Amino acid sequence: MHMNKILLIIQREYITRVLKKSFWISSLLAPILITAIYAIPIWLAMKDKEVKRVEILDLSGLWKKNDLVDKELEFVFTLGKEQELKMAFASKGFDAFVTIPEDVLTNPKGVHIYSAKNIGMSLKESVEKLIQNKVRQELLLKAGISSQIYESTQVDIDSETITVSTDGKETSSSSGGAMILAGIMGFVLYFTLLLYGSQVMNGVIEEKSSRIIEVIISSVKPYQLLLGKIIGVGLVGLTQFLLWIVLTIGLTQITGKFYGEKVKNNLTQIKKIDSGKKSTLSSKSEEESPMSEVTKVLESTNIPMIIAAFLFYFFVGYMLYSSLFAAIGSAVESATEAQQFTFIVMIPIILSFFLAQYTIQDPDSNIAFWASMIPFTSPINMMVRLPYGVPVWELILSMTLLVLGFLGCSWVSARIYRVGILMYGKKVTWKELGKWLFYKG
Amino acid sequence: MILSIRQVVKKYSDHLALDHIDLEIPRAKIFGLLGPNGAGKTSLIRIINQITAPDSGQIIFDGEPLSPKHVDQIGYLPEERGLYKKMKVGEQLLYLAQLKGMSKSEAISKLKDWFIRLDIKDWWNKPVDDLSKGMQQKTQFIATVVHEPKLLILDEPFSGFDPINANMLKDEILAIKERGTTILFSTHRMETVEELCDDIALINHSRVVLAGEKTEVQNRYKQNIFKIRYLGDLPPDLKGMKILSVNGQSATLKMDIGISSNQAISEIISHVDLLEFQETIPSFNDIFIQVVNETNAYE
Repeated sequence: MHMNKILLIIQREYITRVLKKSFWISSLLAPILITAIYAIPIWLAMKDKEVKRVEILDLSGLWKKNDLVDKELEFVFTLGKEQELKMAFASKGFDAFVTIPEDVLTNPKGVHIYSAKNIGMSLKESVEKLIQNKVRQELLLKAGISSQIYESTQVDIDSETITVSTDGKETSSSSGGAMILAGIMGFVLYFTLLLYGSQVMNGVIEEKSSRIIEVIISSVKPYQLLLGKIIGVGLVGLTQFLLWIVLTIGLTQITGKFYGEKVKNNLTQIKKIDSGKKSTLSSKSEEESPMSEVTKVLESTNIPMIIAAFLFYFFVGYMLYSSLFAAIGSAVESATEAQQFTFIVMIPIILSFFLAQYTIQDPDSNIAFWASMIPFTSPINMMVRLPYGVPVWELILSMTLLVLGFLGCSWVSARIYRVGILMYGKKVTWKELGKWLFYKG
Repeated sequence: MILSIRQVVKKYSDHLALDHIDLEIPRAKIFGLLGPNGAGKTSLIRIINQITAPDSGQIIFDGEPLSPKHVDQIGYLPEERGLYKKMKVGEQLLYLAQLKGMSKSEAISKLKDWFIRLDIKDWWNKPVDDLSKGMQQKTQFIATVVHEPKLLILDEPFSGFDPINANMLKDEILAIKERGTTILFSTHRMETVEELCDDIALINHSRVVLAGEKTEVQNRYKQNIFKIRYLGDLPPDLKGMKILSVNGQSATLKMDIGISSNQAISEIISHVDLLEFQETIPSFNDIFIQVVNETNAYE
């Protein structure tokens, strides 16, 4: 009979929230945003680049055709007077006109770029880079360093990070990718703990201020109402995660189909970079593909374990915090009155988030270890550490401590709650809340 | 007895809310629980509803010690009442009925009966936010009675009702009583007590200061005062009684202790032609004020 009533409460809390428009808006918006973040760089990378035509007047005579090679720029050498040419290049169909002075090696500032419209930063940078490379080469040559030596100094470092566990097992890891994954999970946890915790608090305040609470608790025990509410709202959170995951995967698949072959090529290219053994591709294209890092980390981590741990840390962490939020909601009569108490619950959440900034930099430090053990900070910090790899005993200890922390907090909260929901017209103080803990029946 | 309250004590940190309360509430009667604000009525009602527990004492409900399984047999309309504002009337009542242990189908059919009875058939899909105060009161009343409780606890049920709805509510309460339900009424409106209650108990300063059957209590507090209407001249001295006031051809008299009505009447008719002789029954308002003042004086 009691179970049935809790189920009824869970059902009501769940359905009334899931039917709200705001739930669907946030459920749809987030995947669209994520897809956009994923798709726009690919789209930009794949978009047929418009080749800009640049007319160049090289008075120094140092540049040859194959010194000026760029995917996006086509250079045409010209002769004549700068004064006349700078008036005429646009009508000849050039996007820009570049002059290099005769004494460019001693006067590198003498290079001018003319353009009809405001030229983009990338054009300016590309041109400058090409000119600068040549100038540097020439200056080194003058100083007696051959162009072969110069070429041989152009090395590209692309290190591969490998995690060596104590039993000597090596896993190729990508600290950059792990950092991205850790950052995303840490932020989502931070955000959802606050969001759903305060939803529970507002639900409690609504029941108290609308006075329906007395009718409800003449049918069920306060702890049943509290438990039903927390579980119901928590399930709303899980539903939202599920929608986010399914919709994000679905949308990225659709975008993938939309790009068709191009994406495939692009992805194989990304994979090639991933293999990490070749550095023939320019460093620029690597910087352009953060998705390759994510792809890499997704391949090297145990996804089902991460998802299971994430759901565990969300749900238990959420239960811990929302029970405290509920206790605050029960003690006050309006949301504004609640503000004086909510900071005490928000401080550990915000602190977790700040600690996570350290944890993400140095996941095996002492701070990271303790932050991922202490129940209040462990949900966010353990999830941030997990993509880097965490010993199993630490994970189990952290989970156990979190469950114990939850039991402790819910005991305190339930005692405050059962007194608070019936207390009206009394200015509640911390001392008062302390007294409630020890009230009988 | 549907409910026996024995030696119930409830202490809060700063005061004693209930001081060894004893009450017997008979089955299928309307029982008025009276008392000034802060006397302990709400504390007692919350204990009967098992919202809080007594510090000591015993409560017997329908022959058994009160336990959580009994919540489904009690209906409670608190003085301060409310509903979920965003929910629709129908689904809200369905939810509350199911929380009282009704099955969904049973609750739907009973609710539909009530919607017809109270003439609110088209409210089912209305959000509570759209209802007027009186409409919300009707909704709350249905929530209190739909599971057909054995004991119905109404805390100031008429507050907020307009006269038409109050009348309707009164009829419903009487009809529910006819079906064998006991009604525990908490109020300080004495006219409703006189009209509806069969038994009363008066609580003041956490104690029961007066309890019993309504007419018996009134008899206990009658002061042998009569109103008469007559023809003729009433002499200033009447044997066995005092004249309290004279107003034209009527007067108010107080009989001395030990004088019967027959003796009084024969004394009166020996002087005037008696047209009307009526004993003045004390109103509950008077009794209430008298008892509260007396007990306050002892404190």
